[in-house]
This record gives sequence, structure tokens and C-alpha cells, in this order.
Amino acid sequence: MAQFTTLTSRMLPLVVNNIDTDQIIPARFLKATDKKGMGEALFADWRYNTDGSPNPDFALNQSIYQGAQILLAGDNFGCGSSREHAPWALTGFGFRAVISTSFADIFRNNALKNGLLPIEVDARMHRILFELNEETPGAEITVDLASQMIQLPGSRSASFAIDNFSKTCLLNGVDELGYILGFAEKIAEYEDKAAT
Amino acid sequence: MPKTLFEKIWDTHVVAQPPDSPAVLYIDLHLIHEVTSPQAFTSLRERGMKVRRPDKTVATMDHSIPTHAPSLPIADPLAAAQIRQMEINASEFGLRLYSMNSLQRGIVHVIGPELGFTQPGMTIVCGDSHTATHGAFGSLAFGIGTSEVEHVLATQCLLQRKPKTCEVRVDGLLPKGVTAKDIILALIAQIGVGGGTGHVFEYTGSAILAMNMEERMTVCNMSIEGGARAGMVAPDDTTFEYLHGREFAPQGAAWDRAVARWKMLPSDDGAVYDQTITLDASELEPMITFGTNPGMGIKITGLVPEPAAIAEASQKAALEKALAYMGLQPGSPLLGRQVDVVFIGSCTNGRLSDLRQAAGLMKGRRVAAGTRVLVVPGSQEVKKRAEAEGLDRIFKEAGAEWREAGCSMCIAMNGDQLAPGQYAVSTSNRNFEGRQGKGGRTFIASPLTAAAAAITGKVTDARSMV
Repeated sequence: MAQFTTLTSRMLPLVVNNIDTDQIIPARFLKATDKKGMGEALFADWRYNTDGSPNPDFALNQSIYQGAQILLAGDNFGCGSSREHAPWALTGFGFRAVISTSFADIFRNNALKNGLLPIEVDARMHRILFELNEETPGAEITVDLASQMIQLPGSRSASFAIDNFSKTCLLNGVDELGYILGFAEKIAEYEDKAAT
Repeated sequence: MPKTLFEKIWDTHVVAQPPDSPAVLYIDLHLIHEVTSPQAFTSLRERGMKVRRPDKTVATMDHSIPTHAPSLPIADPLAAAQIRQMEINASEFGLRLYSMNSLQRGIVHVIGPELGFTQPGMTIVCGDSHTATHGAFGSLAFGIGTSEVEHVLATQCLLQRKPKTCEVRVDGLLPKGVTAKDIILALIAQIGVGGGTGHVFEYTGSAILAMNMEERMTVCNMSIEGGARAGMVAPDDTTFEYLHGREFAPQGAAWDRAVARWKMLPSDDGAVYDQTITLDASELEPMITFGTNPGMGIKITGLVPEPAAIAEASQKAALEKALAYMGLQPGSPLLGRQVDVVFIGSCTNGRLSDLRQAAGLMKGRRVAAGTRVLVVPGSQEVKKRAEAEGLDRIFKEAGAEWREAGCSMCIAMNGDQLAPGQYAVSTSNRNFEGRQGKGGRTFIASPLTAAAAAITGKVTDARSMV
């Protein structure tokens, strides 16, 4: 898995609550048998007009946000289906972090397995970040995972919570399957006990 | 210390609990389908690994398969390739697969219980968020991503943080024409789509106890739409009666031992939940969604909410966005609105009792001119049994399409979909933008409400027709 340590980037704002995984990547793009090209389908129904041309009103298509690696989204990001295609599409496009006030459980788990950092901030900091982006579109912020801090321009900063295990995995790019395989003996013991 | 149903299952499945880390949780049943598994198999292949427990793994194909006559070829080359890949993966890794031509094929959450794979006390996962369905049997069942599918294939385990518990207590008698679907839609309308995040629901109370297994599955199925990864109901005689004699349920002496074990599962008196929500079933009316997430639901006799009445800016914006997408005016009724398509099916409402309810209302009536009605059984077994009862004839004589089993228009991956701007009354579980086809507009409701809309061509209160 890709490591995550620090990231300095502009934020791409999507002021929409409850962005579901069907918006992140519509189901018709789930027929692939690999992970390639998912970034092209990111937010497809919002991003492209019916004729396939880019929708100029959508932030992803605006030049000021090109290269943004941080998605600043409304409350309860990633609700809906379990499709890991959602984080594949986000990372495929180039995002490394999503900021919201809350994340749906399955999306959060899927994001963490793909080096995509879900940053949960309180409502106040959420508002400050949106305001910052309104005042200075394309303003850069810095995310430091080790210290669990977000640095805003000037001296403003905020901390965010993340459980220690996920943090360690992201900082070191730990492969979770490799980690679980480390419990092989315990798993075998469990199975032996269950069989009797 | 008294334990909840959830805690009993959790505690007996923890293989290891390293400090300050998620638990390594053992999985008893892993269900697989064609859409969320191929990348997991590719990765296994790259690592040179096998499936640890093929005997605890069951595969089917449901999401991208066509629901037209099975003799016709699959028109979509991408879907055909995905289905072929599922066959290759199952064969290479030695997995049981209910393939295209299997008479037992169907939606993964319909066939698991139908074949008796789903049993009380189990941990069950699938790369599909509606895995919550299986919790109706008193199992801990939840959806996972493709990386986790790979973890379970390779190790039969998952890393999991212990969720919190929430009791959803539903007491009282459901009024006539009000169903299990209306209970879950009312709950989600009350708590919102993020209300259950971080929690497992346990549904309790007299209204839940009075339900048959198919109704309990409908309720548990949509737990995820309230943000809860899992929803559960304590196993009881209704559960045991449903499972008895099913192909993969324990048989003979093993059955008696299993029932004795399962009877220990219900939450102990005095067990504590992190949270409790209550609903009075006798107060409920048929529910319908008006917006673009399942939490945007109202009583069918109600009015579309007004953004002007909402103070909080982001919620107001969300409602405005939803109404613009749906083409609805604030303060207007949904009753009487024209619908183009009616979809009866899905893992929420594609079982025999759902089809019976719909057929009961449609019997001897005709589908409204200009309304397309799709009835899609949840499995080939449901289809066979419905045909044995003559339900297919009722639907066909009314003017509805009677299809092969699959997810169909619930997720619109297989060609069954709405055209842009079309309105549907759908018994499925999600009304997200574009869910049933790009630009399509979905009203989620019960099979009764869907059947009533099929006959009148409009959003209709089915209570006037049953």
C-alpha cells in the first residue's frame, strides 16, 4: 500500500452532504475486472455533460483546482455501497486525502487500505476550511499524519483523530494481508477448536 | 455480565485482539459475486496464494447479469467478461459457484438464506453493503470492500474494530397495508443516512417478533441505508422453522445441537446497548422517498418538505439539490404523480412473499397505459415457486414483464434501467442520483405501493386498493 506521511496541496471543495459511492463512481463503471482507469470515471455524472464534454461548473473541471490532492467534502462522505472502486477512483484521479465531518464505515475502511487518508474534522474546522477556500480559491494546506495536524496558511492549525493502527499502517505503507498472515498460527488454532 | 446478541457473536469469533489494534475476526461464511471480487482474485494470484477455506466460500452472479431469457447472449461485452471471469476464478480456486445456468442462482442475499448457508450465530461477509440482510437470522453480517474480500479469501479473517450497538425497538401492530419496508423507511427517515454510522442495529420489539423471515430480511437489508453496517434480529422459532430442512442447514442430530446452540444467542436480560431508538408500528403509514437518499422519506400522504423551513445551510442546500434533481416542488404531494416505470424486485423486496403481495393487489387488474412494469424475482428458486403458484400469470396478464432473477434495475448495471428524467416507483433500496440509470428518478416504496402505482400509473396509497 502507498505510504502517507505529509501532504501539501490545494483543496478541491465539494459542498455537498452525504456524497454516496454511486456519485463517486456510478455502477456502470463497475464492470471492469481490474483497477485501471477508475480515475476517469470519478464523479462521472456530475463531471461530464450528457454529451460527454466536461461540465465547467463542476470543481474537478476548473483550472484553479487542477492538481488538488485533497478533497474537501460535505458531511457523511462515502455512504452507500461497499464498492472499493470509490477509493480507487479517488486515488486514480490523484486524491490522497478527503476531509469531512464524518465518513461512512465501509468507505473509511476501503480508503485506509488504499493509502487515501480520511480526515475527520469538527464542524467548526470544516467551516473554516470552506471559508478559506472561498476567500482564496486554491489555497494550500499541509496535512501531517505523524502529528495528526492540518496547517492552514498563517498560523492556524487543527488536529484530527485517527486510530493508532491505521496511522501506523499509513505511515509505513503496511500491507494488511501480510499483517493478518502473521496470525496464521492463531487462525489455525481457532479452526481446530471450532472443529471439535 | 449480560451480553447482547452482537457481543456473543463477536466474542466467539475473535481470533486475536492485539492491544490498541483492531481484532482479527474469524469469518464463517464468505459470499462472493462477480462485481467486487475479480481484483481480489488477481491479487491472490499475484501473491501465489490459495483460498484458505473454499468450504466456507459461496459464489454467485447477480449484479451484471441480464434478466432476459437465458438463451439470449449477454449483449454487454464488459458484463460478459466479468461473468466469465467469475467462472474462471471459481474454477481455478475450487469454489462453489451458482452460475448463469444454475437453477439455484440468484441475488447473493436471497440465495444465502434460501439454501440454508445463512445461519444464526455466524459471521458473514460479502463485497456488498446489503450483506446486512443476513442479520435477520441472528448472524453478524456486513459488507466489505475488495481488499477485505482478498483478506478473507486468503485467511478467512478480517481486521475489525468493535462497533457500538444500537437497539431499534419496534412495538405495536402494523396497520393494514403497512409493511416491513415501511418500518425501515420510517426509521431511516427519522435518523438519516448517517444516523447509524459506527453501530450495529439489533431490531427488537413485538412488531419484529411478529414478522416472518422475509420481512425481517427486508428490515435488516436496509440497515446500511441508515449508516449501520449490520442489522440483526435474535433467532427464534420463526428462524428455526425457516431454516429446517434447507439444503445446507444442519440435518438430523446436528440440527438439534445447532438449535440448542442458537437458542443461547438472544441478548440477555439486562444487556446494555450503547443507544436505543424506538418506533411505534401502529402509528406508521406507507412510506415513500421523495429525494436522492433513502433518508429523504415521507408518509405517502405527506408533502415534499420545503427547503425554506430548514435553517442549517448545508442541509437546506442538500434538499434543494435533491428536489431539483427529482423535479419536485416544495410543499407538493407525491400522491397522484405520474410514474413511468415500476420495479418490483431486489435483495430488499424480491422474495416470494413480496411477489405474493404485489400479485395480490394486481390480480384481475391491468397495468396503466404507458407504464412499464418489471417484476424480477430475487432468485431462480423464487421464480420457480412463484410460477408454481401462478403469480407469473397474474403479472403477465396485468401487463407486467416477468423476468429472470438478478439485481436488475436496483443497480442498473445489466441494461435494465431508467431513461433520463423518468420516474420510477421501486421496491429497491437506493434512490441516489442515477442509481437506476443516469438521470432517472426513484421513489422507493413497498411492494404494495409499487403494485398500486403499476395499476394506476401514479403514486398511489395502496391502502385504498387492498
